[in-house]
Amino acid sequence: MGLAKRIIPCLDVTAGRVVKGTNFVDLRDAGDPIEIARRYDEQGADEVTFLDITASSDQRDIILHIVEACAAQVFIPLTVGGGVRTVADVRRLLNAGADKVSMNTAAVQNPDLVADASAKVGNQCIVVAIDAKQTAPGLWQVFTHGGRNNTGLDAVEWARKVQQLGAGEILLTSMDRDGTKNGFDLALTRAVSDAVDIPVIASGGVGNLQHLADGVSEGRADAVLAASIFHFGEYTVREAKEYMRERGIEVRL
Amino acid sequence: MKIAIVNYGMGNLGSVRRAFEELGAEPLIANHPSALYDVNRIVLPGVGAFAEGMAHLDQGGWSDTLRELVGEQGKPLLGICLGMQMLAGEGHEGGVTSGLGLISGQVRRLDALGCSLRIPHVGWNEVCHAEQDVLFEGIPSAADFYFVHSYAFVPEQREHLIASVPYDVDLTAAVRRDHVFGCQFHPEKSSKAGRRLLRNFLSYSPC
Repeated sequence: MGLAKRIIPCLDVTAGRVVKGTNFVDLRDAGDPIEIARRYDEQGADEVTFLDITASSDQRDIILHIVEACAAQVFIPLTVGGGVRTVADVRRLLNAGADKVSMNTAAVQNPDLVADASAKVGNQCIVVAIDAKQTAPGLWQVFTHGGRNNTGLDAVEWARKVQQLGAGEILLTSMDRDGTKNGFDLALTRAVSDAVDIPVIASGGVGNLQHLADGVSEGRADAVLAASIFHFGEYTVREAKEYMRERGIEVRL
Repeated sequence: MKIAIVNYGMGNLGSVRRAFEELGAEPLIANHPSALYDVNRIVLPGVGAFAEGMAHLDQGGWSDTLRELVGEQGKPLLGICLGMQMLAGEGHEGGVTSGLGLISGQVRRLDALGCSLRIPHVGWNEVCHAEQDVLFEGIPSAADFYFVHSYAFVPEQREHLIASVPYDVDLTAAVRRDHVFGCQFHPEKSSKAGRRLLRNFLSYSPC
């Protein structure tokens, strides 16, 4: 008994709609973000994550409206990421109703942002998203710009570094697995989970409920994030939790 | 029932307001301390670091008004998360800083309290309340609430601790001194149990 492992549905949002792709490309429409978030709340999701994958800056404010509307209707925690560049961006999202803000590319380009933001708003609000791709056996590197740029940074080292800078949580996505439904990269998840003391959310590749359970029991993740298995109605969050509980994983039901 | 939610420039007030609206109360976002005088209840929310939070409360004139209305005149207050921590006499986040001093105690980082698990403590955790306090009426002990924090309130007096949360060490989940309440978790993000707790705060009547 104690802290429950979390199941977090993730909504990739662009121009006000939820979309889902494979290996960061080939997007298909999955619906209205507020409606979907409400459905997950009813199903017992522990949190909801919105990743704003809108490329153009002129559409950036759309996410603020979505966050506001969501926070007014969904009474579980909300993490928002995508396009966060400055402490002011962090504040805007928190004021709109986000509980946590996730940063990715900007953290790599300007690590001080992680330190500044966590000093201002508390490290519990700052999530650093790490997109990692395997480059050799047992070796993963950090990619940015939605998976297009290799930074050359070692993913495990970068995870340690962001913890030291003040990140409160790591959202770890395997780009090799994202959208493939082949399961999490468990070796990556475990390597990062073991390297840091802050919570790690495993992401990328969930195709069935066994994958979610594996992320916790083998990957040692504190939370598991999935998108398409929930969006397209294959499983409900409740089914996922019941499955995990049957396997001895503590969940909130 | 009129409730003022203190807007001192730290974080998300929308969900707190919306949660009270759902309960049929009339929450207002207070942008100035003067708005606190003619309400029945005050909610001090907060997301962020202790030192910065107190700087905002002090600079905005909130601290004096809260000490007057809550400390001296007995207006019921609920502090949430950082808002609860700032009720303490002293915080250790971002340097040692004086708090509002409405409930004596200190706010220390979890590892300084002997915690060796992951910090921040994030997620849904069961909350244990031994004796039935008005704040937890109708809520089963061990109901899950949503936490996200790296620091915890250590009340100086044991009687001010009304609920705890088992991590690897027991941490303070809720405190109370008479009409001053505080919870470390986020009731506005804790689904049904959270809603019940907010309703209990609304129904509380000081003797």
